[in-house]
Amino acid sequence: MTPVKCYPPKPEKVYFFGTCLIDLFYPEAGMDAIRLLEREGVEVLFPEDQTCCGQPAYTSGYHDEARAVAAAQLGLFPEPWPIVVPSGSCGGMMRKHYPQLFAGTDLEAQANDVAGRIHELTEFLVHVCHLQLEDRGEPEKVAMHTSCSARREMGLAETGPALLGQLGGVELVEQERAAECCGFGGTFSVRHPEISGAMVDDKAKAIEAAGAARFVTSDCGCMMNIGGRFEQQKKAVKGEHIASYLWRRTS
Amino acid sequence: MSVQTFTPREFHRQAHDALGNPQIRANFRKAMDGLMTKRRDVFSDWDLETLRELGANIRLRALAKLPDLLEQLEANCEANGIRVHWAEDGDEACRIIRGICDSHGARSVIKGKSMVSEEMHLNAHLEEAGIEALESDLGEYLVQLNEQTPSHIIMPAIHLNTDEISEILHDKTGTERSRDVDYMTAAARAQLRERFMAADVGVSGVNFAVAETGTLCLVENEGNGRMTTTVPPVHIAVTGIEKVVEHLRDVPPLYALLTRSATGQHVTTYFNMISSPRKEGEHDGPKEVHLVLVDSGRSRIYQDDELLDTLRCIRCGACMNHCPVYTRVGGHTYGTTYPGPIGSILSPHLMGLEETKDLPTASSLCGACGEVCPVKIPIPDLLVRLRRESVGEGRGNVAGAGVKRTRKEAAAWKGFEWMATHPGVWRSGTALAGKLQALMPAKLAPWTDYRTAPKPARASLHALVKQHRRRQQTDGSEGENRS
Amino acid sequence: MSARNNILQRLRERLDGPLSAPESDFAVVTNRGWGPEERLARFERLIGSVHGEVVHASRESWTTALAEVLADKGVRRLALGKEHPVAAEARRALADAEVELVDVDREIETWQQEQFETVDAGLTSTLGAIAETGSLWLWPTPDEPRLISLVPSLHIAVLDAETLEDTFFDVVEKHGWAKGMPTNALLISGPSKTADIEQTLAYGVHGPRELVVLVRHAGTTQESPDA
Repeated sequence: MTPVKCYPPKPEKVYFFGTCLIDLFYPEAGMDAIRLLEREGVEVLFPEDQTCCGQPAYTSGYHDEARAVAAAQLGLFPEPWPIVVPSGSCGGMMRKHYPQLFAGTDLEAQANDVAGRIHELTEFLVHVCHLQLEDRGEPEKVAMHTSCSARREMGLAETGPALLGQLGGVELVEQERAAECCGFGGTFSVRHPEISGAMVDDKAKAIEAAGAARFVTSDCGCMMNIGGRFEQQKKAVKGEHIASYLWRRTS
Repeated sequence: MSVQTFTPREFHRQAHDALGNPQIRANFRKAMDGLMTKRRDVFSDWDLETLRELGANIRLRALAKLPDLLEQLEANCEANGIRVHWAEDGDEACRIIRGICDSHGARSVIKGKSMVSEEMHLNAHLEEAGIEALESDLGEYLVQLNEQTPSHIIMPAIHLNTDEISEILHDKTGTERSRDVDYMTAAARAQLRERFMAADVGVSGVNFAVAETGTLCLVENEGNGRMTTTVPPVHIAVTGIEKVVEHLRDVPPLYALLTRSATGQHVTTYFNMISSPRKEGEHDGPKEVHLVLVDSGRSRIYQDDELLDTLRCIRCGACMNHCPVYTRVGGHTYGTTYPGPIGSILSPHLMGLEETKDLPTASSLCGACGEVCPVKIPIPDLLVRLRRESVGEGRGNVAGAGVKRTRKEAAAWKGFEWMATHPGVWRSGTALAGKLQALMPAKLAPWTDYRTAPKPARASLHALVKQHRRRQQTDGSEGENRS
Repeated sequence: MSARNNILQRLRERLDGPLSAPESDFAVVTNRGWGPEERLARFERLIGSVHGEVVHASRESWTTALAEVLADKGVRRLALGKEHPVAAEARRALADAEVELVDVDREIETWQQEQFETVDAGLTSTLGAIAETGSLWLWPTPDEPRLISLVPSLHIAVLDAETLEDTFFDVVEKHGWAKGMPTNALLISGPSKTADIEQTLAYGVHGPRELVVLVRHAGTTQESPDA
């Protein structure tokens, strides 16, 4: 559990770390996050040399490789602006595991500095921007899937639902076992495909049974997993990153 | 029901079998849902975080002073008349217990629940020596009748439903087939009471061993633990060396955490604290009490600052109750004495990573285990640590370190590192992936056995941000709308 | 002795060096601040929730309540001590009753079968109880041995209301347990139970099927709260 954090006042600028999944598969989610921040009057700095936080190698046990990848990101945020990450998973990696990964190395101080400035997107929108939303969308039943990293590693079970709760036309439906993992787990889904498959099957069924037309998540790994399951089962339920959903309904 | 043996080497096959078994799936789902709800309810009026902090703190203090506390425990037990034995490993502990049995000409041993005795296969060892070892905890008794091993450390027969249990009791003990739980319980009570009276030796585990007073604490609901430690003339308690706590006052917080975390109970029916054998003038209780302290890899875990946290465990089972993997594959799939998350971070030390190489990866790292652990063991971090050890990038101090390292996989991660540390290459790569989108195979097994494959976007975020900036410069407007 | 020395040596020559021991703050398990009434109400609610029956009686007339419990439960043979005032008073009160009083100050080896098969109930005193968890505190003695509260199907425990403490931690600390532990110290919270058959609760799996707590109240004005 992350200790209680003291949030800064809304800054003039932020760094945006887009994450590799968004970069490659869901760039619009990243753009919508940037648009939301810019609409709040925050200038978004996007360091061009960013690649990946290194988490896939980290959780697979390849820490030398993960450290090299992470080290390549550490220098991208030289000014003291907050760093916004549209993913609890990558955010958790950078906030919690960078300090562990660089403990006792020359980069320890820099890693701690970067880690201390990491904010997950919904966390930043709620606690720093104090975002106020005006819904312009059609009435809709939506289920929120908060990723395990956002929920447990970053302690952010409430921020996603709090944002969706501001949308007047959105009925947030409660799925059974909402806090249970969707079964993605990065390489877990490849190393233990059958178990992961059983987990995502249950998650998709729970979302569908809750009567949701759509599920919204703050992590693209979960979206790829749950959304891919719905698509493979030819179900009508669609997944969307929370940044895109918020932007789409309020612009 | 056929007798099955399970081994961690066959984790994948066993998981496949369990996932395809609707009975197993239903039994575990129902049980785990119930246990999670009960735990949540019982902690609802507690300052749980403060209590967990205290629990962690007590265990860390005990571990910090471990060698001194073990000596103090030994001295106080001996002063109280409890004989203390030390065993390097499970085999030595089995030999010690067998030796005590032999010295009394014992032919029949009755057992209270003890995971460490499962770990060292005590029953098989005693039976080879012609000594019958009978489990008396109802769940353990049922599992033993069914020639199985426990599938949960607190609820050994959780994989069985009422009908299956009725069938086992009918087949093995001749009771009527019945769905009446009271009838079955009463039948087992009658069968086991005969055995308590006839037993030569009682063998139990220990939940907490108190150094300050030389006291062995046993937590239970059934009363079989009290029977085991009171009725036979000899009591042998067996425990891992990490179970010691410093003071008696350390016990109430750990007990509060244990029962609530394990089964959502405020308290168990019995908290049984044993400090000596029957004294002069007392009328019941064993005349001899022995304590066997087993190392079995624990002192090796103890060497490493990070791995040390594994030894805080108080064996409540909450991590497995909350584990989405355990819930789906059940306890036997792991093929180890300790299943679920705690098993996946403990078993590699007890059995080596060659045997257990699939266990540290059998987790989505969802963090549910670490969140509920009453002594705040960072289980996900320890799983990652063992993954490091498995691929040869840890400290190399776990048996079998490096067993999972393959040239192919190591090269793949090196390739990832190279891409992700060369931003120009990365950008060209993501751009290229978008252009070659149509060439992406629709099937990427095993991912696509359960889901459609994701498609690389036509333009990467890097490219979109560039476009966005150009447009911002030309419009001079910031709040542009996509549509 | 070599295993002992090897193990201790490995622990002492720890690879990552000596560990520092943190201090512990026990505030979370003490200082409940409950008054006598709340304490009793909690005790009763908690032990009731695990199938313990509570009967209130005054200090003067508790043996009448005991006789009623025995009649109610159909107890014919009651095992009990001799010296403890609880046992002594019970013996006096039950001298003319139909219930047969079974002596327990005998080596168990001489009457084990009898105890297991023919005793209907065991009567014991208690040293106190814990409100937070609904637990009785017993330290068995030669006068009231260990198995009396375990083997018979019914356990009747006599508890003086004023001996209730808030928490287990309070009992251990206030009563100086660390200064000297008896052969066997027990907390008992309800009758024996199991949920090993598909999480269905069943009572009396090995020990008593029923537990009756006779709570004695000092002073004559103290009427039973729920009588």
